[in-house]
Amino acid sequence: MSAPADFQHDAANGGTLRFSGDLSLRSVGDLPERLAAAPAPIATLDLSGIQRIDTVGAWLVHRYARDNNAAVTGLDENGRHLFEQVAESDHPIEAPPPPPGTFVRLLGEVGEAVIQAFRTLYGLLGFMGATALALGAVIVNPRRFRFNATVHRFEVVGVQSLGIIGLMSFLIGIVIAQQGAVQLRQFGAEVFTINLVGRITLRELGVLMTAIMVAGRSGSAFAAQIGTMKLTEEIDAMRTIGVNPMEALVLPRVLAAILMMPLLAFYASLVAIIGGGLLCWIALDIPPITFIQRLREVVPMSDLYVCLVKAPVFGAIIAIAGCFQGMQVEADAEQVGMRTTTAVVQAIFLVIVLDAFFAVFFTEVGWT
Amino acid sequence: MTAPAIGPTFDGEAIIRVRGLRNSFGEQVIHDDLDLDVKRGEIIGVVGGSGTGKSVLMRSIIGLQQPDTGTIEVFGESVLDADVDDSVDIRRRWGVLFQGGALFSTLTVAENVQVPLREFYPNLDQRLLDEISAYKVVMTGLPPDAGPKYPAELSGGMKKRAGLARSLALDPELLFLDEPTAGLDPIGAAAFDELTRSLQRTLGLTVFLITHDLDSLYAICDRVAVLADKRVIAVGTIDELLALDHPWIQEYFNGPRGRAAVTSAERAATISGA
Repeated sequence: MSAPADFQHDAANGGTLRFSGDLSLRSVGDLPERLAAAPAPIATLDLSGIQRIDTVGAWLVHRYARDNNAAVTGLDENGRHLFEQVAESDHPIEAPPPPPGTFVRLLGEVGEAVIQAFRTLYGLLGFMGATALALGAVIVNPRRFRFNATVHRFEVVGVQSLGIIGLMSFLIGIVIAQQGAVQLRQFGAEVFTINLVGRITLRELGVLMTAIMVAGRSGSAFAAQIGTMKLTEEIDAMRTIGVNPMEALVLPRVLAAILMMPLLAFYASLVAIIGGGLLCWIALDIPPITFIQRLREVVPMSDLYVCLVKAPVFGAIIAIAGCFQGMQVEADAEQVGMRTTTAVVQAIFLVIVLDAFFAVFFTEVGWT
Repeated sequence: MTAPAIGPTFDGEAIIRVRGLRNSFGEQVIHDDLDLDVKRGEIIGVVGGSGTGKSVLMRSIIGLQQPDTGTIEVFGESVLDADVDDSVDIRRRWGVLFQGGALFSTLTVAENVQVPLREFYPNLDQRLLDEISAYKVVMTGLPPDAGPKYPAELSGGMKKRAGLARSLALDPELLFLDEPTAGLDPIGAAAFDELTRSLQRTLGLTVFLITHDLDSLYAICDRVAVLADKRVIAVGTIDELLALDHPWIQEYFNGPRGRAAVTSAERAATISGA
């Protein structure tokens, strides 16, 4: 191994530092600190004793020579060439502006967040409009409808999520029935567990849990797919060929989500009721036939309508949020991840806000 | 292990030694019984038609692609079965420039250059790191204000230069360049060639250069290795290669673009001679 970088001080001739060893990144060690502590004044830096020099060694010597007005001697031709190259590349580093105080920064961050929120809302509204326009264009000119792409999305959004949504709903049905039974038993009203399971799954939980699962499964996928296509310029390529990405990418996904969500929500409610019924049978000794009879008595048809009205709206929100965030991706790969997260968060948030509105609305119109 | 002297050390010692390399993807065999020696201090150009496995060869040498059979030695150490300490030691002695620059998109250019420095030399203080990244950035021909920029704000050519600055961060002995001049304008490409040449002279670099750029081959390569028929079919200076009677080599160097590159190389020689 080569000798570490070192230097000796020689006070003669206005001060000389004689360097020795390997003046390279690997063996530079604590040379910068020791150079800073070297006695002044120094007029000459003698490099004739070194074994090797690289750009880091040359930089350290150059920096010292520049700051102390010292001359550099003893380099061979290649070394001098290297030294000149490094010296030529010496430009002052622009210092970043000092960070503002905590309060000012906090104020700035809050302001930016508010502006950003309004911009997103504005963009999202615009995107909904663009989707509606694309839908209109396709209705006017049905040959432009991407039938195969849409059916493919049916499979990805709908069929492929049956397993996970079914399992989730089944477990939720069991949990509601079990927790409800524990509370209702205190009044000796275990039989009302059936009301609880039937009404809450159809009206609220079936569609809400499905929406959350679809947002996590498909909304995120939409954002990531479209975002990656944006990065690789596929969307630009589409536009130049004359294919409207709103028609080719966004519309099939939005339609698939709108059409699949009611089916999935109905399926989820049904499976949850089966799960609840199973628990009633095992834990409360209510046989399935009684469970179904009671269900027919206490669950009005309007509960199913509530479920089926909400589901497509939630589907549209999820798909539009996903596609919108995907389309916002610019510049780099980090944005794809960030936008995907935002798509899911936004979709779930909007779904829950809308669900609250729906609850008030349906109560007002008498579907209680 | 002896430290290389300053400047070109064309002593014939092989810095890369590949023997009997075989690479395949499924049924498709890319390399079969490929041998290659790269001498210390030279710039070796690697040429070959599209799909002949130039990049795969580079990836094999730097350990990103596990070959089916064969041995690969870099700095006299096998890269295929090196233990962790050895492979760290080898890695800090080479720099790699990927085709697209492969900059870390969440870091600024200056931070990109500092990544290998921080990784291998955690004791360097921040001021020195900043200074090193600043002069490396300028050395590779970027404007000084490129340091605080993010890769997304740079053009393709600037990304390549920033990638080169990062690959040179550790002052490596061996530099792998994958099509460094592709996508650069002719002036930028010539400047890149000049930069490679001057770095090779001053730092005693060995350069493994994959290129399609005939001008680069004529301007800076000491030797050229030709990949065809799953092997390196010939290695030598361009004159030596031209003496061979292989149809692909003849077509490559004597095609219209090959002849144009000769003319421009001669013109450049005349101008610099006069």
